[in-house]
Amino acid sequence: MSEVLLLALALLIMFTALSVVVLSLVWIERKFLGRLQRRLGPTRVGPFGLLQPVADAIKLVTKEDLVPSQSDRLIFWIAPLLVLVPSFMVWVTIPAARDLVVQNLDLGLFVIIALLVVSILGLLLAGWGSANKYGALGGLRAAAQLVSYEVPLIMVVVAVAVLAGSLDLRAVSASQVPLDTAQDVLNEINAAGGVFNHEGIPFAVLFPLGLVLFLLAGLAEVGRIPFDIYFAESEIVGGPFVEYSGAHWSVFFLAEYMNTFLIAALASLLFLGGWYGPLLPEWVWFLIKTYFMVLVIFWIRGTFPRLRIDQLMSFGWKGMIPLSFAGVVMTSVYRFYDWPWWSMSLMSVATLAVAGYWLYRQFTLPVIKLARSYGREPGRAPSAR
Amino acid sequence: MLGQAPEQSQNLDILMNMGPQHPSTHGVFRMLLRVDGEVVVDAEPHIGYLHRGSEKLAEGEQYHQVVTLMDRLDYIANFNNEWAFCRAVEKLMGLEVPERAEYIRVILGELNRVASHLLFLGTFGLDAGAMTPVMFAFRGRERIQALFEAVSGARMMHNYFHIGGVKEDLPENFHALMDKLMPELRRDVEECDKLLSFNEVFVARTKGVGGIDRDTAINYGWTGPCLRACGVNYDVRKAEPYSVYQRFKFDVPVGRDGDSWERYFVRVREMYESLSIVEQAMKSMSGGPVMAVGRRLIRPTKGDVYVRAENPRGEIGVYLVSDGTDKPYRIKVRPPSFCNLSAIGRLIKDTYVADAVIILGSLDIVLGEVDR
Repeated sequence: MSEVLLLALALLIMFTALSVVVLSLVWIERKFLGRLQRRLGPTRVGPFGLLQPVADAIKLVTKEDLVPSQSDRLIFWIAPLLVLVPSFMVWVTIPAARDLVVQNLDLGLFVIIALLVVSILGLLLAGWGSANKYGALGGLRAAAQLVSYEVPLIMVVVAVAVLAGSLDLRAVSASQVPLDTAQDVLNEINAAGGVFNHEGIPFAVLFPLGLVLFLLAGLAEVGRIPFDIYFAESEIVGGPFVEYSGAHWSVFFLAEYMNTFLIAALASLLFLGGWYGPLLPEWVWFLIKTYFMVLVIFWIRGTFPRLRIDQLMSFGWKGMIPLSFAGVVMTSVYRFYDWPWWSMSLMSVATLAVAGYWLYRQFTLPVIKLARSYGREPGRAPSAR
Repeated sequence: MLGQAPEQSQNLDILMNMGPQHPSTHGVFRMLLRVDGEVVVDAEPHIGYLHRGSEKLAEGEQYHQVVTLMDRLDYIANFNNEWAFCRAVEKLMGLEVPERAEYIRVILGELNRVASHLLFLGTFGLDAGAMTPVMFAFRGRERIQALFEAVSGARMMHNYFHIGGVKEDLPENFHALMDKLMPELRRDVEECDKLLSFNEVFVARTKGVGGIDRDTAINYGWTGPCLRACGVNYDVRKAEPYSVYQRFKFDVPVGRDGDSWERYFVRVREMYESLSIVEQAMKSMSGGPVMAVGRRLIRPTKGDVYVRAENPRGEIGVYLVSDGTDKPYRIKVRPPSFCNLSAIGRLIKDTYVADAVIILGSLDIVLGEVDR
């Protein structure tokens, strides 16, 4: 009985922590985008605009909650929960520090991927159940986009699992730091009969291709610019969310921010050595790395236009998926033949360079040529006459 | 036909209303799209949601009161509209506008062109899903609006150009304001340009989208940046110079392919040219009166006149018929946006829904002018 209570308490604490995280993300996004866009961001509500997320929350909760008369009520009500619950459940197994986790699972990565897929159903149902053509279009777009980008995401995770030799997130993080730091996790896993494959180098260095692919696929999973086609407000006015208002909409909103944070947290766990770092407490290092990744995501949002759906699909299927498979092959070969660590880095960087050059030829070079044909350089203002 | 019920159609196309309250129709414009998945099979534009009968209203107003109506046509290029109408009346009356007034008109008109193009640039970025350019562009536009407010007392509906000149002379500190404004404005334009023009994603979204060849464009009656993007070097300021434009050195930017990106880039380059015109005008501006006629009541002789001018969106034509009274007998405005918009169905057909938004945005329409 006490175990159940303890679990309930842990879940409650986790929910509170996540709420605080979402509030902080809302605030950071506003302030950071305010910086990028040279505007004030929230500066009026509370000191540094700190009360702005609170004000937003109050506004959203007190707003009238409309249900379209033609909609399928049950689906309309359940859809937001189908999006939110998985993004919440994922956090059960994500360690914010070595011991700061609700329930560490040996198959942690597998569980995370499995749960992430469920949100597609929620979005599709939300779009379809709204009885709105924009919503339906958005729902179908969401299904197309999320299913496509699920594949490279999973393949990168598989590659990381091969590198670390484990699906346990603690093992994945521990295998990226020097052995003396990770000794206790090593002992624990070995005692439990697991295999611990120690690399001692952050996977961002060992497998940079993976980090890039993971971040891109993650952006697409979260639906942030340049991959926000499924709720593209200038085209299909919010897609699956178009008929949602007030508290219902805020549930989607909550899920989006939780997923953003999730992708950042996973990137820091899988590639940046998780919570390990000198001097500061473990959870602080975890937060530093995660929030750094969050800022990267916001930064991309501030600078890029949105892709079109066919461009997005071809990028996903022709670019991301082959590369992610290459990543799996690479890591497997590296592990099977037990090559030195720098060979892995080399292979990864080489693939990244080839892919980068292909992208350059495909997209950047035509733009440069276009600019030159008008006597200009990309990213530069014309010289004054 | 688009109006048919879906049952009568053989396939499962969806009939979608884009607008009148869709965020990307740039006003109250309605497009009836028949979409097959993401592809627009057929598009039918519907206009008239902003119709206010400005031309008819003008028949009941005295000449100088019509200026306020012209302000409300193209509500983001007010000075240019006022200018066109004032020139029509001046031509009818044979009025010679004082030189200083012409310079003031050129400066304000060109600044208004920059403001209008900045707004276009920002919202076009927004259509493509880029949020930051709209913030950058609005900052620049805000500076111009502040200057306009200092000059005319109003931010948008200025009513500052009067028949025979301008309402009153520039404020005392105008030169100081301009000295401060111009470098800032140039920087704003450069920032927007750097951010968007040669962004890979932006070019991928707009290049080759909504292309039109020059003959078709001419046949549709396209003018302004949209026409010039197709490679036609036609600018009323050069082709039929008015005011003091002949005294300034400026280029007319011309595009090549006539697609959405060219339409965008022509406007970007035009902003630099406009800024250069403003700088030249500021240097060579002299003192003197700003008004040719002192009296308020204007009564042109009987007759009719047609005047064209280069607005940010293209050639505006004002056809004015006078019966000798103090009120115009008939006014007909030839708005650039209306003609540019007329090709929209053809341009959007067989593109993606996302492209439809881009193409519509690239035409830079103002519905106040389309519906009048």
